[in-house]
Amino acid sequence: MSAPTLPDLSGHFGRYGGRFVPEALVRALDELDAAYRSAKTDPVFQAEFESLLVNYAGTPSLLYRAERLSERLGAEILLKREDLNHTGAHKVRNVLGQALLAKRMGKPRVIAETGAGQHGVASATAAALLDLECVVYMGEMDTERQALNVARMRMLGATVVPVTNGSRTLKDALNEALRDWVASVDTTHYLLGTAAGPHPFPEIVRDFVGGIGIEARAQCLAQLGRLPDVVAACVGGGSNAIGIFHAFVPDESVQLYGFEAGGEGVATGRHAASITGGSSGVLHGARTYVLQDSDGQTVESHSISAGLDYPGVGPEHAWLHDTGRAEYEPVTDDEAMAAFQLLCLTEGIIPAIESAHALAGAARIVPQLRAELGRTPTILVNLSGRGDKDVHTAGAYFGILDPVEAIVPGENA
Amino acid sequence: MSIAEVFHKAKAEDRAVLVGCMPAGFPTVDDSIASMIAMHEAGCDVIEVELPYSDPVMDGPVIQRASDIALSRGVRTRDTLRIIDAVASAGATVVLMTYWNPIEKYGVNAFARDLAAAGATGMITPDLIPDEAAEWIAAADEHRLDRTFLVSPSSTDERLAMTVAHCRGFVYATALMGVTGARTSVSSQAPELVDRVRHTNPDMPVGVGLGVGTGAQAAEVAGFADGVIVGSALIRCVLEAPDRATGLSRLRALSAELAEGVRNPAKAR
Repeated sequence: MSAPTLPDLSGHFGRYGGRFVPEALVRALDELDAAYRSAKTDPVFQAEFESLLVNYAGTPSLLYRAERLSERLGAEILLKREDLNHTGAHKVRNVLGQALLAKRMGKPRVIAETGAGQHGVASATAAALLDLECVVYMGEMDTERQALNVARMRMLGATVVPVTNGSRTLKDALNEALRDWVASVDTTHYLLGTAAGPHPFPEIVRDFVGGIGIEARAQCLAQLGRLPDVVAACVGGGSNAIGIFHAFVPDESVQLYGFEAGGEGVATGRHAASITGGSSGVLHGARTYVLQDSDGQTVESHSISAGLDYPGVGPEHAWLHDTGRAEYEPVTDDEAMAAFQLLCLTEGIIPAIESAHALAGAARIVPQLRAELGRTPTILVNLSGRGDKDVHTAGAYFGILDPVEAIVPGENA
Repeated sequence: MSIAEVFHKAKAEDRAVLVGCMPAGFPTVDDSIASMIAMHEAGCDVIEVELPYSDPVMDGPVIQRASDIALSRGVRTRDTLRIIDAVASAGATVVLMTYWNPIEKYGVNAFARDLAAAGATGMITPDLIPDEAAEWIAAADEHRLDRTFLVSPSSTDERLAMTVAHCRGFVYATALMGVTGARTSVSSQAPELVDRVRHTNPDMPVGVGLGVGTGAQAAEVAGFADGVIVGSALIRCVLEAPDRATGLSRLRALSAELAEGVRNPAKAR
C-alpha cells in the first residue's frame, strides 16, 4: 500500500491509468512529464506556486468544526472549507499549478474542457492572472444551462467554444479539447480539469490539489490532537477526493470514503457512479472505471450536479477501490439535496451540490461508524466548493424560485 | 490477399496502394456493405472498416457524424464483424480501424480470433500505442493478424523506431498534426515523416492518411508514400447524397478518381 510511490514511471496505478492516446500526443505528454518532474524539485517553482496559493487563492482553507451539523448527525463533522478559496472551489489549486507549468514550458495558450463551467472559469482566471490565451470547450447543452458561467469566462478574457458533437456535454467537450490539442501541441498546454486522462495528468493534478489533504491533516492534529476516523469526499472525475485522500492514504486508522453521483439511483441506469455502477474500460486516455454498454460504447451519465456528471473517474480512484483502501458508494440526487438543505439551515453555508454528495454520504455512514467504533466518530468532509452557482438548480429543486423572475443574474454571481 | 501481398503487387506495378475507409453500419449495416463493395470494385485496394465509437478523439466532424448515425441506429460490434465477413467474402482485402475500448470490452484475444475468422487481415489502432499493447500484440501473433500503429510528425526518432518495430503489414503515418478530414492541400510534413519511417525500416510499407480528398492529392501522396489512405472524402459522398443510389455512384466515381491518382504519382519532390 505505497500510494505515494504510484503511479509507476509509465503512469500506471496497478492496471489502471497509462496512456491510451493518439501517438501525436505522446511527445507533448512526455514534455509535460519532464517539465513537471523538474518543477517538482525546483524550489523556485514551488515557492511561486505556494505564493499564489497563499496570497491569491487564499489557502490554507479553514478547517471548520460544524457544531450544529455535528449535533444533528451524531458525529463530529469537520469541514475543509475549499468553498472559501478564490473562485469558490478546490479547482483553483490545480489551474494555478498547471498555468504556471504552461508558462514554464513556454506555451502561450491553454485550452480546457468544462461541464458546468467551474473548471472553465478557474482556467480563465489563471490564464488572466498569468497572461495566457485561454480557449474553453463546453458542450452546447451546458453553455445553454450555464449561461452565467459562459459570461464569466468571457469577462475573464477567455474564448468559449460550444461543442455540438455527440451528447453536447462534458465528455464531448473533452473530446474536442483533445482534438484541438492534437493540432496545437507546439503552442498549447491542455489544462485538464480533473485527476484523470492520460499520464501524467492524474499525478500532476493530484499533486497540485494535494495541499487539501496535507493542510487538513495538519489542521486535525493541531486542532484536535488526532486524526479523523473518516475522510469523505464527492467523486466525479475525482480531483477534490484524491486531493484530500492522498495525505491520509498511509494512515491506516483513517477510512477513506468517496461518494459518487447516484443520480436517480444506480439501479435506474440514470446516474454518474462510474465505480459503483460502471466497469473497467478505457476512456479519455486512461484505463479506469467507465459507464459503458456491453460493446464498450460510453453511456451518458446523469446527475443533478453538473460537476459530477461524467462517465469516467480518475484512475487512482479505480486503484484505491480495487485495493480496498477506499470505499466508494453512490449518493442519489435526493439524498444530496437533503444534505444541501441541512447544511444551509444548520450552518449558514450553501455548499456546491457536488460537495453535498459528500455530506450526504457522511451522514449515511454515521450509524455504522458509531457501532464499529463504539463512540462518536470524527468525519472530515471536503467541502470542495460553494453553492452560489447552484442556486438556480437548488431553487428549482426546492420550488422556492419566484415564478416570474426565476433568477436575477446579479444575485447569482 | 494479405496486406503484404497488396503492397508487393502495387510496388511491382510501380504505384501506391489505395486504402478507402468507411464506418461499419453507416448509414445501415447493408448500406455500408454495399458502399465498401462499391469502393472495392471501383479501385480501392484495401477497405478500412472503422468500428463506430462514441468518443472518436482522432476523428474530425465527417467521421464523427457517420459514426453517430451508425450508433444511433444500433450497430453492434458483432455487426462490424459480419460486415467485414461480407466484404472480405466479396474479394476485398479488409483491415479494421478501431478505438481501443470496444476491443477491450469484447475481450482482446476473443476479438482477434473472431476478426481473423471474419477475414480481416489486421487492425489499425488510433488510440493504442505499443507501450500499452502487450495483450493485442500477443493476440495478433496468435491469430496471425497484422498490427498497424500510428506514427506522427511529432514522434521522436526513438518512438518512431519502436513503433515501426511493432507494426506488421504497414505503418500508418498521420500526415499532419490534427484530426481526420479532407484538406485543400497535403501537408509538407508528410514526405519528411515517410522518409523518417523508411530510415528506421526500409521494408515497412508506409500509408499516409489524414487530409486526402481528390485524385490530384492522391497522386501527390503516391509520389512519396506506399499507400494513400482516404476516409472523410469518401464518407462525404454518402453523407451528403440525396439518396442511396446517388451516394453509391459518387462513391464509385471518387474511388475511381483516387485509384487513377495512385497510378499516376506526381513526382512532387
